[in-house]
Amino acid sequence: MGDWMTVTDPGLSSESKNISQYTSETKMSPSSLYSQQVLCSSIPLSKNVHSFFSAFCTEQNIEQSISYLDQELTTFGFPSLYEESKGKETKRELNIVAVLNCMNELLVLQRKNLLAQENVETQNLKLGSDMDHLQSCYAKLKEQLETSRREMIGLQERDRQLQCKNRNLHQLLKNEKDEVQKLQNIIASRATQYNHDMKRKEREYNKLKERLHQLVMNKKDKKIAMEVLNYVGRADGKRGSWRTGKTEARNEDEMYKILLNDYEYRQKQILMENAELKKVLQQMKKEMISLLSPQKQKPRERADDSTGTVLSDVDEDAGELSRESMWDLSCETVREQLTNSIRKQWRILKSHVEKLDNQVSKVHLEGFNDEDVISRQDHEQETEKLELEIQQCKEMIKTQQQLLQQQLATTCDDDTTSLLRDCYLLEEKERLKEEWSLFKEQKKNFEKERRNFTEAAIRLGLERKAFEEERASWLKQQFLNMTTFDHQNSENVKLFSAFSGSSEQDNLTVHSRPRQKKPHSVSSGSPVCTSKLTKSLPASPCTSDFCPTRSCVSEHSSISVLNITPEETKPNQVGRECTNQKWSVASRPGSREGCYSGCSLTYTNSHLEKDDLP
Amino acid sequence: MNFSEVFKLSSLLCKFSPDGKYLASCVQYRLVVRDVNTLQILQLYTCLDQIQHIEWSADSLFILCALYKRGLVQVWSLEQPEWHCRIDEGSAGLVASCWSPDGRHILNTTEFHLRITVWSLCTKSVSYIKYPKACQQGMTFTRDGHYMALAERRDCKDYVSIFVCSDWQLLRHFDTDTQDLAGIEWAPNGCVLAVWDTCLEYKVLLYSLDGRPLSAYSAYEWSLGIKSVAWSPSSQFLAVGSYDGKVRILNHVTWKMITEFGHPATITNPKIVVYKEAEKSPQLALGRLAFPPPRAAASPLGTMESKYEIASVPVALQTLKPVADRANPKIGIGVLAFSPDNYFLATRNDNIPNAVWIWDIQKLRLFVVLEQLSPVRSFQWDPQRPRLAICTGGSKVYLWSPAGCVSVQVPGEGDFQVLSLCWHLNGDSLALLSKDHFCLCFLETEEGSVQPPDSWATTGRTCA
Repeated sequence: MGDWMTVTDPGLSSESKNISQYTSETKMSPSSLYSQQVLCSSIPLSKNVHSFFSAFCTEQNIEQSISYLDQELTTFGFPSLYEESKGKETKRELNIVAVLNCMNELLVLQRKNLLAQENVETQNLKLGSDMDHLQSCYAKLKEQLETSRREMIGLQERDRQLQCKNRNLHQLLKNEKDEVQKLQNIIASRATQYNHDMKRKEREYNKLKERLHQLVMNKKDKKIAMEVLNYVGRADGKRGSWRTGKTEARNEDEMYKILLNDYEYRQKQILMENAELKKVLQQMKKEMISLLSPQKQKPRERADDSTGTVLSDVDEDAGELSRESMWDLSCETVREQLTNSIRKQWRILKSHVEKLDNQVSKVHLEGFNDEDVISRQDHEQETEKLELEIQQCKEMIKTQQQLLQQQLATTCDDDTTSLLRDCYLLEEKERLKEEWSLFKEQKKNFEKERRNFTEAAIRLGLERKAFEEERASWLKQQFLNMTTFDHQNSENVKLFSAFSGSSEQDNLTVHSRPRQKKPHSVSSGSPVCTSKLTKSLPASPCTSDFCPTRSCVSEHSSISVLNITPEETKPNQVGRECTNQKWSVASRPGSREGCYSGCSLTYTNSHLEKDDLP
Repeated sequence: MNFSEVFKLSSLLCKFSPDGKYLASCVQYRLVVRDVNTLQILQLYTCLDQIQHIEWSADSLFILCALYKRGLVQVWSLEQPEWHCRIDEGSAGLVASCWSPDGRHILNTTEFHLRITVWSLCTKSVSYIKYPKACQQGMTFTRDGHYMALAERRDCKDYVSIFVCSDWQLLRHFDTDTQDLAGIEWAPNGCVLAVWDTCLEYKVLLYSLDGRPLSAYSAYEWSLGIKSVAWSPSSQFLAVGSYDGKVRILNHVTWKMITEFGHPATITNPKIVVYKEAEKSPQLALGRLAFPPPRAAASPLGTMESKYEIASVPVALQTLKPVADRANPKIGIGVLAFSPDNYFLATRNDNIPNAVWIWDIQKLRLFVVLEQLSPVRSFQWDPQRPRLAICTGGSKVYLWSPAGCVSVQVPGEGDFQVLSLCWHLNGDSLALLSKDHFCLCFLETEEGSVQPPDSWATTGRTCA
């Protein structure tokens, strides 16, 4: 059976394969034909399984099919489909579990295979596209190669042509050169010929001239004559002298004299020029020495020899100055000395200047890199701003002074007004200080008084409280006496009302106290004037005004502008101004104006206080 | 500025006497001598034929009139009107005649430059100098009048002879290293003689009074060379103008070139002031002159007034294209003149004929360019001041000074075409010569040159 199976199997399988193929082909829709084929070719196993149900296994050959399958599966390493046989004779039974297992395994396998197939397919596709791409690239490159080759050929051709041209041009140039040479030769020969001809002609001309001369002169031409009425005297009045050797010598002498005069004149001029130049040189040298010698001391990096030369030059110069007359000799050694020393100095100067130049350029570069330049601009702006501020401060001080004077005029203090007229003097300042201390004392006294007052007020309050209590108790007593109805409630009410009244008053005092106290605590650190302001001004406007003032101050401080004329100013405005001023002044600590204004300011404030208190 | 009335003139022969007192002018065969101040005729001499050349003797006592066509020279004395002298060169002919510096000898050059005859007015003696060279400027006297240099040609070689003028003794005779000597010129100090070669070769040679060669200078070869040469009055500089349109300045110490002044057709340097002559519309002038009617009648109708405008650089000057295949092409520096104070040099480049270039010699750079409307015919420096008078053949005369420049209309009926001009010795007046007439122009104030041109141009004839 096994043999049969083995024999029949390939044929069967192949047949079945074919059949399956056919069937599938007939059954499948044309659209899915390709996939089916792929499926068939790629996974024969699954197809086999499928096809078996249609043809492989019939009701008649179940047994054979099972055994065949078993055999097949066992050959593929699956467990047998049959149960373990108990006996040889007994017919082996199909193990359903095994079959199912096998089937499951097969299905798993198939799924795996499908997956693998898919992967392979995609890979295949990828590779195919890669291939296409590479092919196209290849084609392109090939084309490029072709074109470049063509180009190269063209360029080579052009090169060849150019070379040809060049050669031709060279040839032409050579020809031209030859031509030029030839022409030059021709010109030269022509010139010589011309000269020769000219000479010949001239000779002929001369001969003719000579002949003419002879003819004209020898004929004793009567016409050649001078008619003159009478001979005139010479311009110099002397008689004409005979020409002799003497006159010749005299003429020579005269000529040489003229020449000599000219040379002497020129020499004098040159000497003068030389002297001027020498003077300039010497001056230059002196100046150089004076310029360079102080620098020599500072930068010690200079070579010793240079300093030595400078020093020696200085000595030399001192020596030379004594023998000034030597310069007039224009001796060569002196000249050499001078020029040499000048040259040395010049070299030093040059190197120095170069160094300076380098430094300057470096500084420039640094300056550009640094924000120094920018800060400088800022600086300028800042200084401008500060100057403006100073101006404003000065104005403020002035207005303050005016105010002071106004105030003092009311007090009719002659001394202080006179002081205020020019309060910038030191003595007056001191006097002011004295005054200030005096006022301080006064202030202290006032404060003491005030404290007394407050204490008295507190006492009064306490007494009042006691009185209230007394009164309450009295009322209570009376009430109790009057009626016993709901005395508990009524007592509460009464108590409340009574207390409410006292508490209000208490609150007031409490309220006023911090108002007084707070500035005190602040006054140590913050401007004095604010404390005085609050004190000096009437309580209710002060409290309401205080905060706005503060805001106003902050506003003003930023702009620092005063637009209140002194005539209009009221006490509280003055105070505001003062705070304002103080504020702006405080922004520039250490400046004298600040100090002064502070002084005068405090003065004003104290004064205000004094005014308000009575 | 005032103008004299117009006098008759022929052959542009009008000369101030060296002492500045007289003015000699020729009308055909008559010689008229006038007083410079009054312009009244002092003497009137009649020659035998048309006068072709006149020259004052150095002492202003005699005037020679050359009648080349007849080979005659007539000499007149100012002091003795009846005195006369007639020199006849006979068949030898006459091409040039001049006074010797002493004013007692006349040097006549015969035709074909056969010889120079030296006639004396003091004695009967006659001297002959053979072989004078026919060239541009073959004879030159030193300023002090002691010596005369004469270019000679013998055996196809150039020579220079130096004579003592007092007795015509030959002092030096030397050959010069020239192909074809073109000119000689003494330095004003009389100690150096400049000799230049023909235009075919650029060569300047400098000789001392005693004949020693001092130096030779050549700027280039194979091209047309020197066209004009001028000494500075201080003898410090020798300006050499050449056909390449450049002036080269040689110094008197090393005789090397100090600087080279090119004459470009466009001026781009903003430091250079370019004065451009511009025509003013005559309507405007007439409209302005309508208020004083007699003035309008005085100024000739039809003549355009002109004024100078300062052109803004770059300025393109009008150039002339020279004809290349003709002799004596119109290129190169044709005229050169130093101002008497040595400060300025005026030049004219012949292919930019409308322009006069004024160079600052102290700074050795171009100072001013004047561009005229027509070609410049001649210019001359005021002998006393740095002031240049220019004429262009039109009816105007132009004056330049460092303060500015003006164009002045010459008043007169008809057109007075100023062809030439010459300054009086003191620089106060100027003789303006036209073809048939001449007139004097008086510049009484030095500040006159600073005045605006309008006031000048409208100034009528106030001098009778």
